[in-house]
Amino acid sequence: MDFLISMYNSLPGVAAEGLFYGIFALGVYITYKILDVADLTVDASIVTGCAVTVICIKYGIHPLAAVFIAFLAGMIAGALTGFFHTVLKIPAILAGILSQFSLYTINMIIMGLQTHLEKNVSNKALIPMSPTAYASVSDFPLIVSSRDKTSAMIVGLIFVVAIIALLYWFFGTEFGCSLRATGANPKMARAQGINTNFTTVFGLMFSNGFVALAGGLLAQFTGGSNITFGAGAIVIGLASVVIGEVLHNAIFKKGSNFAVKLVFVVLGSVIYSLIKRFVINVGLDTNFLKLISAVIVAAFLSAPNFKKNKAPKKKKEVKTDA
Amino acid sequence: MLELKNISKTFYPGTVNERVALNDVSLTLNDGDFVTIIGGNGAGKSTLLNMVSGTLPVDDGQVIIDGVDITNYPEYKRAKFLGRVFQDPMTGTAASMGIDENLALALRRGKTRGLGWGITKKERADFVAKLAEFGLGLESRITAKVGLLSGGQRQVLTLLMATLKEPKLLLLDEHTAALDPKTAKLVLEATDKIVKKNNLTTMMITHNMNDAIAYGNRLIMMMDGKIIYDVRGEEKKNLTVPDLLAKFGKGFANDRMMLSGNE
Repeated sequence: MDFLISMYNSLPGVAAEGLFYGIFALGVYITYKILDVADLTVDASIVTGCAVTVICIKYGIHPLAAVFIAFLAGMIAGALTGFFHTVLKIPAILAGILSQFSLYTINMIIMGLQTHLEKNVSNKALIPMSPTAYASVSDFPLIVSSRDKTSAMIVGLIFVVAIIALLYWFFGTEFGCSLRATGANPKMARAQGINTNFTTVFGLMFSNGFVALAGGLLAQFTGGSNITFGAGAIVIGLASVVIGEVLHNAIFKKGSNFAVKLVFVVLGSVIYSLIKRFVINVGLDTNFLKLISAVIVAAFLSAPNFKKNKAPKKKKEVKTDA
Repeated sequence: MLELKNISKTFYPGTVNERVALNDVSLTLNDGDFVTIIGGNGAGKSTLLNMVSGTLPVDDGQVIIDGVDITNYPEYKRAKFLGRVFQDPMTGTAASMGIDENLALALRRGKTRGLGWGITKKERADFVAKLAEFGLGLESRITAKVGLLSGGQRQVLTLLMATLKEPKLLLLDEHTAALDPKTAKLVLEATDKIVKKNNLTTMMITHNMNDAIAYGNRLIMMMDGKIIYDVRGEEKKNLTVPDLLAKFGKGFANDRMMLSGNE
């Protein structure tokens, strides 16, 4: 009973966190599902979003403006991956890893900017190059905070609705369609006059913008920016996308509207947060969560393949019987 | 319309696998020419089309369409001038997008794609009318995903996409080779109809000598990266498969061509 009560009490926080990660998952969805690129930049660009937001807030910028600045910072991060991939012709996965790597240092530098504020300008070691680098904003006015989980949930919901509406509109435009065509069949896209390099770079920028925006909200929600925060974030994003997709396909067997698909991505993220909370409440070490996440993602990703493999087997049996 | 000047292309230069695909090829197409291209494996037919479409860069030479030197244009920029149908029915369309969405993409070939709607109601109605002409029933499932269509249907759709905005030049790279004979015939007839109706300048690679003779007003035969035979008008009309074989021996023809020649 106690367990159920504690689960129930944690629901607003879980929902808020799930919604923020839902925005992150929407970013992952753009690259993974629409552009057909597994972009690993997100592990670092989410931290860029956190760091930029925290520093902006510390410099007195409004917390809402801060997340939009984070969005722009994320777009720059995405442009870096796009540059590696399209100009330098590095395979997408490697391009993502490379910019993830370089962003680690850049995130350190951004977070190091707070030392200025602490009047240590004379100190040469502006950058706290330690794996525990942390910048806090808990003393500042924020748009979302774990101090008020219910209002955080509402703000999260407003963001999610606005972003889904934006994506729904965008991918219906001529330019948005050319992005979808690039992901669906780049050869055909080029034959129809689409500059696939440009659309790929833009898609990566757009995606990482939302990832960083989610980072900005999460930084405010958790009260700060942590350099290790993004490690493995891509798995959370993928988990949300696949959980959402499996659920969606189970409910809408005939397929559905694009906006509904996006809603399910966010739903997948909320479910993932719920599972995470469950694991914590059961009393398991949160370090187990990564293993559990990997198992969940592997299970959901492989489930449709097993179904495919089974079908022809059955047919064969029928044939031999006859 | 199309001018190819001294085009050369060598694959894997300087290695043991070095292969000359095109050797100083020049070719001029007039407005409204419908050229069929035949030749054995490795003769350079597809490479020639790839040089025009920009899928591969030329080593040497110039590609000029309608007076514009497009030699240094990237593939997507050349698309403005070209309609293309590929051998593999999967290549020409986006499987995860609707029939209408694919056509809408094709309708915007050569235009800047902005933030206007990717497809409008009026366009969709136009597409329905255009698809109905083919009698494949595609008009009644206009929003269906292209991945659900058969190879022949996808090829007809690609053909319509390639010609929706009248291209300066239509490139057909063995676009019926992956289809069964009945569907191939249907697609070929649809091609001929569209080409004639719009008086399109067309290059069509085929491995079928009968088709090469039956369609178009000009026939080109390639061997070892060179054009070895170029015939048009009356002379082309009176060609027969035995003529071709007698002229060039059986050396130039691979088994596939021989088999199709005996149909």
